[in-house]
Amino acid sequence: MIGIIDYGAGNLRSVKKALDYLGAESEVISDPAALDSMDKALLPGVGAFGAAMQRLAEQRFITPLQRWMAADRPFLGICLGMQLLFERSEESTGVAGLGHFGGTVRAFTQHKVPQIGWNQLHQVGDSPLLAAIEDGSYFYFLHGYYVAPDDPSVVIGTTDYGLRYASVVQRGRVMGAQFHPEKSADVGLALLQNWIDRC
Amino acid sequence: MLATRIIPCLDIHDGRVVKGVKFKALRDAGDPVTLAAYYNAQRADELIFLDIGASYRSQALLIEVVEAISRQVFIPLTVGGGIRTIDDMRKALQAGADKVATCTAAIQRPALLSEGAERFGSQCIVLSIDAKQAGDSWVACTHGGRQATELDAIEWAMAAERLGAGEILLNSIDRDGTRDGYDLELTRRVSEAVRIPVIASGGAGTLDHLVEAVAVGRADALLLASLFHFGELTVDQVKAHLQAQGIPVRRG
Repeated sequence: MIGIIDYGAGNLRSVKKALDYLGAESEVISDPAALDSMDKALLPGVGAFGAAMQRLAEQRFITPLQRWMAADRPFLGICLGMQLLFERSEESTGVAGLGHFGGTVRAFTQHKVPQIGWNQLHQVGDSPLLAAIEDGSYFYFLHGYYVAPDDPSVVIGTTDYGLRYASVVQRGRVMGAQFHPEKSADVGLALLQNWIDRC
Repeated sequence: MLATRIIPCLDIHDGRVVKGVKFKALRDAGDPVTLAAYYNAQRADELIFLDIGASYRSQALLIEVVEAISRQVFIPLTVGGGIRTIDDMRKALQAGADKVATCTAAIQRPALLSEGAERFGSQCIVLSIDAKQAGDSWVACTHGGRQATELDAIEWAMAAERLGAGEILLNSIDRDGTRDGYDLELTRRVSEAVRIPVIASGGAGTLDHLVEAVAVGRADALLLASLFHFGELTVDQVKAHLQAQGIPVRRG
């Protein structure tokens, strides 16, 4: 069972519909106690870093999620849900993130912001998440900030938007994708299927 | 590289797809669920659904259609037409839309943009501008392009960005349905005035018009309706042509 963490963020229903379409059992959970009966956890998200951390704190999700990841249990953060895995963000200075990955979430300063649309994922590491997905495939992105991990070895995929940035990160079974696989047509569904089956 | 998006637009009336020429003379071009799946298979980058029925019933039927589409088509979906309140936005987003587009209601009450952005995030909020040339500038129109206002279209785009719109859907009323090409000057002026993406609409008749809209008009995305619905062009034909002209697109 996949637990989709509901902390009041949008696009949760899109993720749920994609998992339903793929035939994967999932449940939307807003109570951290429900994590105990889950095999995998998925943190979706759109919106602002600070507001999201505040809601996670109000729902008492922070410590359970940090423990989940520290125990190397299967986890996928999508878009803002990936950014929240880092220590801090330029979007909301002074707000601590979940801090599973060392590094800062930075603002784009070039091109149009937010980046909206389909961009390429360049694979730089081996990951079961990207199994059988062609290098350079296009995914749907929608974000104004990007992650800058301290440890380059966690970077599995990169994307170019004025600069080259990390668009997929992974350490053990904790993974994050900056794009929206649930809105990236067939290739996005293939990535979610990989996560369901192999990660 | 970020790809230029090709976005089929489905004008919807009472749950069916129609396309007006200059917003009149409607012709039926099919079932929206079928068309959405067809465009997804063709590698359309997003889909926009505009309710032109302007009735409660038509709007409600569109929400049902979007709900059905979002269970089988996994690309971004935008709903517009008849989005007048925060509650209309919530209904569309809950049904499975990723974004909502407003036009007339945002002109009548600009705070709708800021309230929507605060509630759902800027990424959800598309401002649709129906622009009509008036001398050497353009004014924004309301009510499906039928009523001109005194609002300068470029200034309105800039104000909308400040209020929290995440994207501009720019339609030239003068060119809509003419197939004479996009209003390149209008598109370029708006695109250069804002930092948010601009979707160009209105006037596409040939493949070279599409290239011009990007190369000259600096559009970030192109909205197309009749050229696709009647089978004159496929999404991939459009993308192949853009790619041959050096414009990055998502194919394969």
